[in-house]
Amino acid sequence: MTIAFAATLLILCVGWAGSALGLQYLFGVILPLVAGAVFIIGFIWKIVRWAKSPVPFAIPTVAGQQRSLDWIKPSRLECPWTTPAVAGRMVLEAFTFRSLFRNTRAERTTIGGTPRVTYFSNKWLWVFALLFHYSMLVIIIRHARFFLDPVPACIAVVEFLDGVFQVGAPRFYMTDAFILGALAFLFLRRALSERLRYISLPADYFALFLLIAIAGSGICMRYISKVDVNQVKEVLMGLATLQPVDPTGIGSIFFVHVTLVSALLIYFPFSKLMHMGGVFMSPTRNMKCNTREERHVNPWNPPKHYHTYAEYEDDFRDAMVEAGIPVDKQPETTAEA
Amino acid sequence: MFNAKYVIPGIIVFAGLFTAPFWINMLSPKHEKVVVELPAHPVTFFGEERSQCIEPREWMAANHMELLIEWRDSALRENKRIYTATDGKKWETSLQNTCMACHSNKTEFCDKCHDANSVNPYCWDCHVIPQGNNNEF
Repeated sequence: MTIAFAATLLILCVGWAGSALGLQYLFGVILPLVAGAVFIIGFIWKIVRWAKSPVPFAIPTVAGQQRSLDWIKPSRLECPWTTPAVAGRMVLEAFTFRSLFRNTRAERTTIGGTPRVTYFSNKWLWVFALLFHYSMLVIIIRHARFFLDPVPACIAVVEFLDGVFQVGAPRFYMTDAFILGALAFLFLRRALSERLRYISLPADYFALFLLIAIAGSGICMRYISKVDVNQVKEVLMGLATLQPVDPTGIGSIFFVHVTLVSALLIYFPFSKLMHMGGVFMSPTRNMKCNTREERHVNPWNPPKHYHTYAEYEDDFRDAMVEAGIPVDKQPETTAEA
Repeated sequence: MFNAKYVIPGIIVFAGLFTAPFWINMLSPKHEKVVVELPAHPVTFFGEERSQCIEPREWMAANHMELLIEWRDSALRENKRIYTATDGKKWETSLQNTCMACHSNKTEFCDKCHDANSVNPYCWDCHVIPQGNNNEF
């Protein structure tokens, strides 16, 4: 946790120092462009690498009855056996995180004086994961206003709905609070539960700290230490049209935010955050569960050398007859004659 | 590569979504630097000709909304009609009589940046939209 915290702090300080030392062009233009390229190329590289791994067997994780006999009711979505059903399960997984919804927690309790292990549904992770991801989505969509000119009306609609309570100026966005709340939960969940803390690695904390720092610096830039948004727009339009604009003069919080986001983009393809692409690549989610209908043969098994019973009998027929063992094919009678 | 018929469209969708700003900007008209029209003539406030904004220009560019909301609250909710700026000058807390006395043209001043950055302030839910003739009365 300390390592992850220090790493995040270091990135934050590098961004701040970059703007303080007059390296605005490096941190405001070159770094985000490089980070964007690393993100997209790294993401595709990772997906291609995954796609090269053969998955010969159907290994879906199922949570329902497989289709077999007519009188046994199969579960179409939980154990899909057709491609559309697999797609349906995948869509629901991507949009509603159904596998997190099934999260259960085991606890040792005492019932009637005897210790028992009880399992019960635990939806908190699901709720806050959903909250985080949808807030993130809305925030990314909202940021399109800096990258597009003219700004499409649909983005203005998202902004309007996000700030529908019209609190303060600039208008307070709900997702800003939601994302920090959700990230705080996801962090505290690891930090406060000793079982989760035991299995948590620096990479787990780093992703959370980085996202908290990004959301925090963005919120700070919007509500506290404001920057000239119009100048920011010129710089970001410069990035989005590949005609860079000198970002000198924008407040240092902008460079802190951009450096953190660049760090996230560079880190993304090589980290657990790749679950964004990985969820679609996971064999346990994207395969048909048709193990009773189809035989899945491992394609790289060595060719089998069969020795059938007929061949066996050919080899040992005479000995078998002699020992009185019945044979399928009677030996030719030439020996008797 | 296995399952190329699913993986390749997936990669194309990913790359398309995340490079969308580039394509959309290539197809839309060239972005032009947003320049607002600044007032050309000094205006008299409290018997004094002033050509500087209430606070320094850079501060106003980033923080004007903060000042406006503060003015709204002090004028409408606390009935304080005088604002003392950082440099000690006094101003009447009024959008119409102070701000718009100089920045009389909403289309060339407010809307330029707001439209470019998709900002939709609700000033004009209550205030009358100025027609660019505030200096005349």
